[in-house]
Amino acid sequence: MATVEVNRVSKSFAGRQVLADLSLTMGEGELVCLLGPSGCGKTTLLRIIAGFIPPESGRVLVAGKDVTALSPSARRMGMVFQAYSLFPNMTALDNVRFGPRVAGRPKSEQIARAGQLLDLVGLSEHADKYPHQLSGGQQQRVALARALAVQPQVLLLDEPLSALDAKVRVQLREEIRRIQRETGVTTVLVTHDQEEALSISDRVAVMNEGRLLQVASPSTIYREPSCGFVARFIGSGAVLRGVAEGHSVRVANLALPASAAAAHVHGAAVEMFIRPENVRLQPMNGQLPPGAVGVEVRERTFLGSLTRIRLTLPGTDDQFSLWADLASEQAEAFIPGSRVVAQWDEAAPRVMPDADAGLRNG
Amino acid sequence: MSGAGANRMGPGGWTTLILAGVYFVVPLAMTAAFSLWEGGSTYGFEAYRLLLASADLPDALLLSMELALATVAALLLLLVPAMIFMNLYAPGLRPLFEFIATLPFVVPAIALVAGLTALFTGPEWLIGTPFYLVIPYFFLALPFAYRSLDVGLRAIDLTTLTEAGQSLGAGMGQIIRMVILPSLRAALVGSTLLTLAVVMGEFTFANVLLFRTFAVYMNQMGQHEATAAAALAVVSFLITWAAMLGVLIAGRGQTSIPGGH
Repeated sequence: MATVEVNRVSKSFAGRQVLADLSLTMGEGELVCLLGPSGCGKTTLLRIIAGFIPPESGRVLVAGKDVTALSPSARRMGMVFQAYSLFPNMTALDNVRFGPRVAGRPKSEQIARAGQLLDLVGLSEHADKYPHQLSGGQQQRVALARALAVQPQVLLLDEPLSALDAKVRVQLREEIRRIQRETGVTTVLVTHDQEEALSISDRVAVMNEGRLLQVASPSTIYREPSCGFVARFIGSGAVLRGVAEGHSVRVANLALPASAAAAHVHGAAVEMFIRPENVRLQPMNGQLPPGAVGVEVRERTFLGSLTRIRLTLPGTDDQFSLWADLASEQAEAFIPGSRVVAQWDEAAPRVMPDADAGLRNG
Repeated sequence: MSGAGANRMGPGGWTTLILAGVYFVVPLAMTAAFSLWEGGSTYGFEAYRLLLASADLPDALLLSMELALATVAALLLLLVPAMIFMNLYAPGLRPLFEFIATLPFVVPAIALVAGLTALFTGPEWLIGTPFYLVIPYFFLALPFAYRSLDVGLRAIDLTTLTEAGQSLGAGMGQIIRMVILPSLRAALVGSTLLTLAVVMGEFTFANVLLFRTFAVYMNQMGQHEATAAAALAVVSFLITWAAMLGVLIAGRGQTSIPGGH
């Protein structure tokens, strides 16, 4: 168990900056997810922590010790790779005891440790199988056991679940969390799957274009995204561009209630973000109640117990959409093309400065 | 898949296959029959007995075997680390490797030997001894050994396996010894057997440089003992086939060793 400190790390490939002066600290025993779209630099950051790529500038410290110049084999970090990486010529047991074996541990100790770890990942009965005799999920479990066999200071997981089917992915991510809690090893998980990141992390670090946009607990990331990108990337919801006007945001000619707008200068360009679960609908019966908005139902998407309804603001030529999640049986009443009343708590929307407003206007 | 392929093969395919089989089998059968001919209508194993009684054959065979083993050692010791290095750290050099590995196909053997003769200098322990032949044999077998190793290296995720080994604390030597070479078993066996087959059958270099290898001996014998030469040809075919069978068996082993994506 150790802290990991990434201190002002930068990296470029072929003139393209992949990481820009990035700093991040992970506490002892913490599970931190690096989350972001493809090409955002998350895997590069993980590989710099692992020692496979040298940073151009900046340092990596583990337990306060600078490991930037150390080779990967000297860093005592276990790693699970996206591609199946078990040694094909070895059984599951031999794979797991590889680390203790190259470290020169006595054979009895190697086998005992490997046995314990295979037990931990629930694969004791598959100890004598070769990788090709194991399913993808089992192979990644063995890879996890193998990474833990070296008693790593830090466990690095590079999209370990991305090659697996959805059901196995959910099972295995829960197992990873359980094992991480049991072993208490500081863990960095790279993923582009927001559900995976939100479900198992202590903290999520959202990245885009080589920068850290927000590092916070999953609930904070979800409820209080720091910018439009994080809001759009995590979960689903509508981002409406407008201007702050007291306790509302003016979008087209409509004043949409949002108490957070009061924190912005009157007339400032802002992005209002509201999640589907915050939007309530009711049929249009005469006058609009205060704080409500008349909208048109455009389409319904059945998601099982929930149905997601896309709504458009009147007079905006379909430019501004928001979504509402309703129980499926309740959603049947809202037919595409009909006018309905949308409401939300004034405190529900997030209001953030519109960073791109200048670019659009300029 | 093969079954489906066989089902799809029409009359034209079968005709081609049978004609190719006849083209391949008839000369061999005739050679084998001629090797058993003892004059008139008598057939027997006299030619083979003659071969076994020949005092020179074991020497020629042993020399060819020694040369083959030396060539295999030189090829594997040079090629394996070079190809691992290229795949891991300099994939941009692949076209250069491919070009070098194809050169022996486009340069005629006689041109190679003429070039080598012009450069007939070097340490005494090599020049003038039959082991000088290892140099041309190296280049002659290079395309086959390279292709076999290349297929093996492409079948494993070399970078991930190496990084996995490094993250577990292993050095490059340990990773090559404990992970990569065992994973390349089939490719290594394939390279070895193909090189053996090439060296055992090589005639031009040895003959021009006046060394009496197995192929040269066979040629000389053919000049005065035609049936014994035919028997020798059959024996050399069997050796080559045994080598090819070894490649096939090793290849079948590879399919049961995955990582093998």
